[in-house]
Amino acid sequence: MANVTNITVSGLGGQGVLKVTDILAEVLFRAGYDVKKSEVHGMSQRGGSVSSEVRFGDDVASPMVPEGESDFLVVLDPTQIEVNLHKLKQGGTLITTDDVPMDKLKSPKALNIMMLGALSEKFPAIGEELWIEVVKAFLPQKLHEMNIEMFRLGRQK
Amino acid sequence: MNQRLLASGNEAMAMAALDCGVLLGTGYPGTPSSEILENFSALGGRAEWAPNEKCALEVGIGVAFANGRALVTMKHVGVNVAADPLFTIAYSGTPGGLVLVSADDPGMASSQNEQDNRRYAIASGALMFEPADSQECYDFLIRAFEISEEYRRPVLFRVTTRVCHSKCILERRGKSRPREIRFDKDPKSNVMIPAYARIAHRKLRASLHELEALNEKGEFTKEIRKSDELGVITSGISFQHVRDAAPEASILKIGMTYPLPLETIRRFAGSVKRCVVVEEGDPVLEDAIKAAGIPVEGKAEMFRFGELNVNRVRKLLANDLTPEAQPPAGRPPQLCVGCPHRKSYEVLRDLNCIVSGDIGCYTLGVLPPFEAVDTCVCMGASITVGLGLRKALPEAEARRVVSVIGDSTFLHTGINGIVEMVYNRPATGHVVLILDNSTTAMTGLQEHPGTGRLLDHTPCPHPVSIEETLRGIGVDNVDVVDAVLDQEGFRELLKKRLASNDTSVIICRRPCILAAVKIKSYEENK
Repeated sequence: MANVTNITVSGLGGQGVLKVTDILAEVLFRAGYDVKKSEVHGMSQRGGSVSSEVRFGDDVASPMVPEGESDFLVVLDPTQIEVNLHKLKQGGTLITTDDVPMDKLKSPKALNIMMLGALSEKFPAIGEELWIEVVKAFLPQKLHEMNIEMFRLGRQK
Repeated sequence: MNQRLLASGNEAMAMAALDCGVLLGTGYPGTPSSEILENFSALGGRAEWAPNEKCALEVGIGVAFANGRALVTMKHVGVNVAADPLFTIAYSGTPGGLVLVSADDPGMASSQNEQDNRRYAIASGALMFEPADSQECYDFLIRAFEISEEYRRPVLFRVTTRVCHSKCILERRGKSRPREIRFDKDPKSNVMIPAYARIAHRKLRASLHELEALNEKGEFTKEIRKSDELGVITSGISFQHVRDAAPEASILKIGMTYPLPLETIRRFAGSVKRCVVVEEGDPVLEDAIKAAGIPVEGKAEMFRFGELNVNRVRKLLANDLTPEAQPPAGRPPQLCVGCPHRKSYEVLRDLNCIVSGDIGCYTLGVLPPFEAVDTCVCMGASITVGLGLRKALPEAEARRVVSVIGDSTFLHTGINGIVEMVYNRPATGHVVLILDNSTTAMTGLQEHPGTGRLLDHTPCPHPVSIEETLRGIGVDNVDVVDAVLDQEGFRELLKKRLASNDTSVIICRRPCILAAVKIKSYEENK
């Protein structure tokens, strides 16, 4: 389908890959796009590799990003770059932990949100307010302040 | 009041169940189906985990005999356990709506086989829906209940991993009125003795003809008219892949896939030069369409394995049979660091046991560094397969055989194996380990009859005691140990039991490390 953007987020079980793609999909939905999100649950919670995919545009058909057609590949763990690189299309954008200020990361559990900040900066049509509104909607209140800080740090770099 | 939101297929089914007044949701956890009942419960629906799928379907049948709507959920292999009631309720039907969700797992993301449960609809005579996204999960499920009541037929609602777990935009409608609950005495319809079942079978076949006529009207069929050169007949998630892979193709997408609208299919196939059936798994549609004398192309054997996706559908349509590149392997799942099963498996490995394994996290004991699982078939099979090994092997070998099963799996279908062990005991006796981590861990930490909590994690006043059950059946030795706190004590006990001719069960009890935190919070909220 024309005008569909593909995003893949990869990492390890426990890093919040599924949570952050839920947030991403909701932001895009609230921004008015057709959105689909896909992943495989199950055994992956036991420390295995996890990938989740979001597609958005005017009309999205398959929920799965075709092999080698990710416009953006966000990888939360450096060991997972090589095994996922084939998902990125030629000329696509890879976002890794090198693209965020890791020295300022307050908790490894907030890495997903910091990486979301880095990704968010690639979509200037969507304002920062909407991202933060959805991050707050998906996380318990006591985590809001720290995660918004991490989101902004990721976005600013 | 319509509501527009992003929802997974499992969430959409839960919302549909709530909105159409389902009286009870019941099932057994299994990826990718587990979140349906969890969501239904969270939304305010009445939901329960049954000990196994047969119990769940039978409880659902009872609800539907009382004119209520029952939603019964399970993964594909669960339908094997529930097949006995399924085939007979397909004859009699129920006055209240009865929908059995079969969540299939093509590609085996988290299963021991990739059986295609569309075969069950054909074999049993239950009508079948195959939704392709969350919206259809919602719309079709509500219609499934209505049609189930109108035609007095159970419905097999067949979804797959990608439909269950993918999120897309859903329009949710308002709620319907609750139904009147009552029981009407009607033994000719409800009691399947041979004399009544013969009549019921004829009624079933007649009813399937009526349902076929209903399906021909097109309510559940979507036709996208484009090229006259290429037409694709498809169903379920494959439809979405086809739209991406062949945007130029005309598509006939079938929503109710049993009984099939064969005349609609015949007209469509005749309207295009080349007509290809694109379906995941077995050639179910292809076989039925070809048997009706409609000339269509099927898929090559290589596409029968695993999930379809956009790339594979492109290859399939191009008749490209070149081998597919294997994506780089990620890190496989493994027993968590700190998992109590690790300590038990270290002992099994050290003692060089022949381990008859079962379904759960502990199946991962087959992988290094343990490599301590030797067989794994289906839920509950560890005990009985172990007994068979004991009966066949020479004594020295037989003494090394240990059956290993989890707590939830034991309560699912392990109890029957214990009865078999006590009744038909091998000459060397037998040893069963129940690795009791106080949860159904593999599928996402669901409750079961032994945890002391119900599906919604509120207290269960009458939890089932595993050790009392074992003693009641007549097992010679029942011990409860903690292999993490006292691995040496466990090792010595296991050696002693293996050396005897007794029937013995050792329960290795310690909560799953992922569940422990949650259990604490449930206890505090009590």
